[in-house]
Amino acid sequence: MMLRLTAGRVGSLVARRAAVALTTSSARMASHGHVFRGPMYQIRRPQAEVTSNQQMALPHHENSLVPHVSLSIHPEVSEAVDMSKPMYWDRREIPLPDKRYKDILTPADKSLKEKEKGPWGQLSNEEKLALYRLSFCQTYPEMNQSSSEWKTVVAGVLYCIGLTGLVIIWQTAYVSPPAPRTFDAEWQAKQVKRMLDMRVSPIEGFAAQWDYEKGQWK
Amino acid sequence: MFRAAVRLSVSGVRSITRTQPGCQALLASRGYSHGKQETDEEFDARWVTYFNKSDIDAWELRKGMNTLIGYDLVPEPKIVEAALKACRRLNDLASAIRILEAVKDKAGPHKDIYPYLIQELKPTLEELGISTPEELGIDKV
Repeated sequence: MMLRLTAGRVGSLVARRAAVALTTSSARMASHGHVFRGPMYQIRRPQAEVTSNQQMALPHHENSLVPHVSLSIHPEVSEAVDMSKPMYWDRREIPLPDKRYKDILTPADKSLKEKEKGPWGQLSNEEKLALYRLSFCQTYPEMNQSSSEWKTVVAGVLYCIGLTGLVIIWQTAYVSPPAPRTFDAEWQAKQVKRMLDMRVSPIEGFAAQWDYEKGQWK
Repeated sequence: MFRAAVRLSVSGVRSITRTQPGCQALLASRGYSHGKQETDEEFDARWVTYFNKSDIDAWELRKGMNTLIGYDLVPEPKIVEAALKACRRLNDLASAIRILEAVKDKAGPHKDIYPYLIQELKPTLEELGISTPEELGIDKV
């Protein structure tokens, strides 16, 4: 079982969700590298700064509708992405995203791109693959592969339920007041007898289940 | 014909590829219940014309492909061929390979569509020098 849910990952998940909420409203404001204060209604937190407005070639991310966005609460986390510019996505339904994956081309890449202008039959398989990886991050099979994340999720859910169960057990032992006397077995027995004597629901309900001749339940 | 024959249903797995030409999966480009429905041939012709534009630009190629992949069908070989030729005019081999991956993905559980498509596209692939994802080894993870 792949236990990938470390504290840091949870933290980054939370940061990502929070960051999306923040940047969707203020992506346009944060577009040119100035210090990002955010709109007035945001939660107070340590000063977050947009460190770069460049379209960074971001590494592999999960198939979420939101690409990597995270404001630097921790300085080592990735830079903010300017969502007002064309973005790269690995999605099944968008085979050709708005921009190429790799923006920054090395001289080797550039010469390969030149070679691409000629007949493609002259390119070797490695060169063709290199060209593919310049434009795209993940292939379709890589994009579509399933992960074992569900196991972590189920484990987490069961763990939390178990923890809650322990808390409840402790509560009944130490927190709850003693049960009322009406819950005692003796009281309950007397209560049942009284209900039968009263003929409670004699046709289809309670007393109907009691055999009055034999003095037992039917 | 093939595009008309395959309806990619939500459940996917159980649907059978129907190849009778009588089975018209009419695709209306608008959601009218009345009015003229576009036939499959008109649909195909429209898309082939779109990709055959001699000075097609990269944006139009991307827009066309993304829209086409958004439809509930696998494009006819002639549409894919026109798209691949557009990639050649734009000197974009990576997009050509991506298009082949995308149409394979569109076929979903119907495993016999993609080999048919490749078989029909063989002349074009050889002429343009496009390797299929299988030849490059990227059809597996």
